[in-house]
Amino acid sequence: MADPRRLPHGEDGGPATGPGYLQHHFESLVQQKDASSLGMWLFLVTEILFFGGLFLVYTIYRWSYPLAFADASRHMDVRLGTTNTAVLIISSLTMAMAVHSAAAGRRRLIIPFLAATMLLGTTFLGIKAIEYTEHIRHHLFPGPWFHYPGPQIHARPAELFFSLYFAMTGLHALHMVIGLGILSVLVVQSRRGRYTGQWHTPIEMSGLYWHFVDIVWIFLFPLLYLIGRHVH
Amino acid sequence: MNQTEIQARESLHPEHIVSPKSYVAVFLALLVLTATTTLVAFVDLGPWNTVVALGIAFIKATLVVLIFMHIRWSSNLTRIIIVGGLFWLAILLALTFSDFATRGWLPILRMRP
Repeated sequence: MADPRRLPHGEDGGPATGPGYLQHHFESLVQQKDASSLGMWLFLVTEILFFGGLFLVYTIYRWSYPLAFADASRHMDVRLGTTNTAVLIISSLTMAMAVHSAAAGRRRLIIPFLAATMLLGTTFLGIKAIEYTEHIRHHLFPGPWFHYPGPQIHARPAELFFSLYFAMTGLHALHMVIGLGILSVLVVQSRRGRYTGQWHTPIEMSGLYWHFVDIVWIFLFPLLYLIGRHVH
Repeated sequence: MNQTEIQARESLHPEHIVSPKSYVAVFLALLVLTATTTLVAFVDLGPWNTVVALGIAFIKATLVVLIFMHIRWSSNLTRIIIVGGLFWLAILLALTFSDFATRGWLPILRMRP
């Protein structure tokens, strides 16, 4: 008998258990997959509100200290920020292609696309580390060693800006690290041949997570890197 | 087509398969929009700089959600969950901003953070 996981779900009249099968409480595979998507999106909604709180605090303080925030934002490296945005967008494409390869049954392409996504994710974190190192070297990390190189009237609110910068990008980077962990599990499971054209829900759900993290960066990038550029 | 046939068909193709062409098109659009938002940031538009930056970010996020995250082909139930989440975010933002914006309206409440 062939590997039962590759059979669509109890069609042979056998017991319908295991991840690749249609579970007994679902009507169809479509419904089963929709339930997974729904659960994943519920989780992502909690993430929207989680990051939303930080964006709220950012907005309130930027509203209070618009000039200081614009001035502090000019200490960001726009070239590195733009590069990292592009890196994340490319990684979203490779992730989407990993899901597509799984769905289209091109199983040999899954691992290369997942690996490319992981490589790009690691590149993003590497560039972020370079930026963090530069900020810390220039005493821009909030705390007792914070020293603002710009106008001193902006020093305190600029420290707030950098607190928010490190909190928001740090939390985003943590999500990237978790994403890389999830992708490495997917690579191992793909090597074991766990995913088929019929059943590859973990790859698809991980893709949703990865794209969500990309969306968070899509908002972080203009709000942290670009707000003070037009003022000279 | 009877129920068994529908299920067999669904079990073979349990989802809409998006063509790589759509993915590449969205990818290129995202790159162009990133370049646009970066370049526009260096042009002085006054208060419109923020509006344009956020507008482009919303367009990029929508493209990612609709195509990369397959919401264009998803069930209405999933869409309601997303809209509900965004509505809750809107409550969080609107109530806090309305508090913050109106603090100076009465003399006793004139406090700033």
